[in-house]
Amino acid sequence: MPDGVMSPDLYNSFGAMHGTIMVFLGVVPLGFAAFGNYVVPLQVGAPDMAFPRINMASYHSFLWGGLVMLISFFVPGGAAKSGWTSYSPLASIADTAYHPFWNGQTMWLLGMVLLITSSLLGSVNFIATIIQLRAKGMSWMRMPFFVWAQLVTAFLLLLAFPPLEAAGVMQLMDRVAGTSFFLPSGLVVNGQHFSALSGGGSPLLWQHLFWFLGHPEVYVILLPALGMVCEILATNARKPIWGYPSLVFSVIAIGFLSFIVWAHHMYMTGMGTKVSAFFQTTTVMISVPSVIILSCLLISLWGGSIRFTVPMLFALGFLPMFGIGGLTGIPLAFSALGSYLHDSYYVIGHFHYVVAPGVVFGLFAGVYHWYPKITGRFMNEFWGKVHFWATLVCMNGVFFPMFLQGMAGMHRRWYDGGAAYELSKPLLHWNEFMSISAWIMGLAQIPFIINFFTSFRIGKKASDNPWESTTLEWQTPTPPPHGNFAIEPVVYRGPYEYSVPGESKDFSPQNEPVKE
Amino acid sequence: MEIPYTVKARPDTGLWNAKVGIWLFLASEVMLFGGLFSAYIFLRLGSWHWPHGILNIPIGLFNTFVLITSSVTMVFAWASLKMRNLHKFECFLGITILCGFIFLGVKSYEYYEKFHHYGLIFKNEAVANRYRAEVEAAGGQIKPSIIEGQFEVTGHIEEMDEETMKFIPDSIHSSEPMVQIISVLQAVTGKKTEHGEAVVFQQDDVYRWGPFVPHYSSYFAIYFTLTGLHALHVIGGMIVMAYFWIPGRKLYHTDPEHFTNRVEVVGLFWHFVDLVWIFLFPVLYLL
Amino acid sequence: MAGDDAVAIKSHLKFYVGIFAALLVLTVITVVVSYIHLGTAGNITLALVIATLKASLVAAFFMHLSSEKTTIYRLMISALFFFLVLVFLSIFAFLDPIRN
Repeated sequence: MPDGVMSPDLYNSFGAMHGTIMVFLGVVPLGFAAFGNYVVPLQVGAPDMAFPRINMASYHSFLWGGLVMLISFFVPGGAAKSGWTSYSPLASIADTAYHPFWNGQTMWLLGMVLLITSSLLGSVNFIATIIQLRAKGMSWMRMPFFVWAQLVTAFLLLLAFPPLEAAGVMQLMDRVAGTSFFLPSGLVVNGQHFSALSGGGSPLLWQHLFWFLGHPEVYVILLPALGMVCEILATNARKPIWGYPSLVFSVIAIGFLSFIVWAHHMYMTGMGTKVSAFFQTTTVMISVPSVIILSCLLISLWGGSIRFTVPMLFALGFLPMFGIGGLTGIPLAFSALGSYLHDSYYVIGHFHYVVAPGVVFGLFAGVYHWYPKITGRFMNEFWGKVHFWATLVCMNGVFFPMFLQGMAGMHRRWYDGGAAYELSKPLLHWNEFMSISAWIMGLAQIPFIINFFTSFRIGKKASDNPWESTTLEWQTPTPPPHGNFAIEPVVYRGPYEYSVPGESKDFSPQNEPVKE
Repeated sequence: MEIPYTVKARPDTGLWNAKVGIWLFLASEVMLFGGLFSAYIFLRLGSWHWPHGILNIPIGLFNTFVLITSSVTMVFAWASLKMRNLHKFECFLGITILCGFIFLGVKSYEYYEKFHHYGLIFKNEAVANRYRAEVEAAGGQIKPSIIEGQFEVTGHIEEMDEETMKFIPDSIHSSEPMVQIISVLQAVTGKKTEHGEAVVFQQDDVYRWGPFVPHYSSYFAIYFTLTGLHALHVIGGMIVMAYFWIPGRKLYHTDPEHFTNRVEVVGLFWHFVDLVWIFLFPVLYLL
Repeated sequence: MAGDDAVAIKSHLKFYVGIFAALLVLTVITVVVSYIHLGTAGNITLALVIATLKASLVAAFFMHLSSEKTTIYRLMISALFFFLVLVFLSIFAFLDPIRN
């Protein structure tokens, strides 16, 4: 870094690895694997995951995938530079000048193959657990929504990831064995002719295989957080979730539709009108179940006696933030608008509103909510609230200006901005504001980290069911014994029986027999 | 609490855990090979002339027979266990593993053949036309290649120096089944394959030449990737079967039903590997 | 086909041999018809039809899918469906490029 200025290669590395690490090493392992592993067996009343050894294999595969990704920063030439999407043909030929094998992009592909294997093993395990190990009486429509969300997520991982693994193998062949899966004939890059290659490949093939995963991946990220928010809203509003069956059917519909919308990421690839009409239609359709879910969650609050605990604050913060993220996506569904907004900061803003204040808020909510179950102690309430408000304000400070910049046409991913920065000069000053917000947001995480690591010693003691919740994970001792339950649970009720008329208390756990 | 339904089926789904697990895994395998098949379709749709008759069909047919046989012996191995006959099980599983070895051996021979078979692409159509009469006189032919506007000739290199290449073109009959069978028999018996006349090409007239490795053309790229990945699956299946053949079978004496279930699971995987080959064979060899 | 008791399985053994024979015959047929020229589309269709038939035999009887539970059916049908989605939608996109 001469004179404190980042080199273009380093800038590109940071861009690519930010996406990769956040998606494949951050949010998916946290939301799907970590919370899923702990909460799903408890919520369905199972003693463990169906295949504990495969679970371990999944973890180790993930660990090595992650290590390969991190080591790739230190190989000659640095980590991958081709964006988290690794578009060929550039990604097929990138970095080979540094070392034929030990270079950023090849390491990226190896890491991805390991990570894909990991999530494959994980998803097999989750689905088998949910199908096979539900407790007696835990029928499909008595499963907590979080379990449904995890089930659909696991299916997305199971069926959408393998085509990317195939694509990863092919790109690896392109780089290591010199094939031309994604390299067209007569390729010229930076004035260099690639005449030694056989050619005949299709760059679009990579994009199809990538986005066949890439779009379901968005829902892989989102659905676990959505499930957690639903659990936390019901517990803290002391009311049954409004329209539980429509939530379930919506989440299944999202899972199905997410497989047939992928090419809306590819409007700029010279797609004909028929294909583009098809993908525009399906893309608009997928917003319907999403809106149903959000509406159900919102209506569930109506007339509740809401407890504003820290997890509830994060869950409530999730609703409008995810709303903004989702609604700003609708214009992008149309190819005419998509062509204008493509690769602009608007897209970054839209995506990050879904994953940052959306999904990450869901994850924070989940941490504060299940912390007492895992450790037996609460996290500090005051610092939790500081954490929430500071994060909420700064999050909007970081991402909202991106919409303004993007609509003015500011382009993403360019090291020096080029001509686009000249054109969007009146809006460039927002970058400073966003940077300051990001720094403050970083500082605001310090209380959370300290809170997280000290509360299991000094936090207020919690009972087995501190939030007076109905689902099964709260009906077992804290921390749960080996085999999860002291006595085999039997389920008599739906997941959200709060404030049942005629009951002495305002929550009726799932394993409490219904009085005649 | 112990994990339930590891051996006995869950009443409402009628399945034990590992069976759900393996079918889920196979579902994802469908998508993995599906991704590669769609790559095949893309490459083929984008090609000018897709190569035909380059692979040895009788030998591929033989390998298909081997794999189908291994599938049926796998079923018999499982059925023997169901009938609690450990000895028969060992026999049938042994045959299955042997079939796996034969398949891989034959596949290695095919790979070896390809690595020593060459192709040569001319600079342009005019150059190709200049050599056409000479190549045809030697019993070969100049064919349009995968990339539009390119022409190639396939065969073996006899000699080469800085300026020229002495090249024996493949016979025009080389894709006929009898010729292919004879070439395999000659290779097996160690007799040298009879080659036709050589043609001398000027290096300057050649755009690109090389052995049939993945680098040569997008056809060989997808051929080696698909069959290589399939071979890895064969090897994986054989490792698991070998485990059940010797060290794993002690479970039979304590819990025969559990052991039978495990063998059923590896059997399901093995049949799937066979099923993938059933599609690979026509797609790569015949079409 | 696969009943769970030993007696039922014994009666199936002959049947498995029959399937085996059918697979071998179909393999030979697919090779023979590949030498008959039906046009590229015709040859591809015929070969894929035969391959699908063989694959169905393997799946239905060797993998006992014919007597399998509905959960497995739903799973494999959805995998097959999304496989077809991947193939056909991307071909659809390939064959419909933007025009001047």
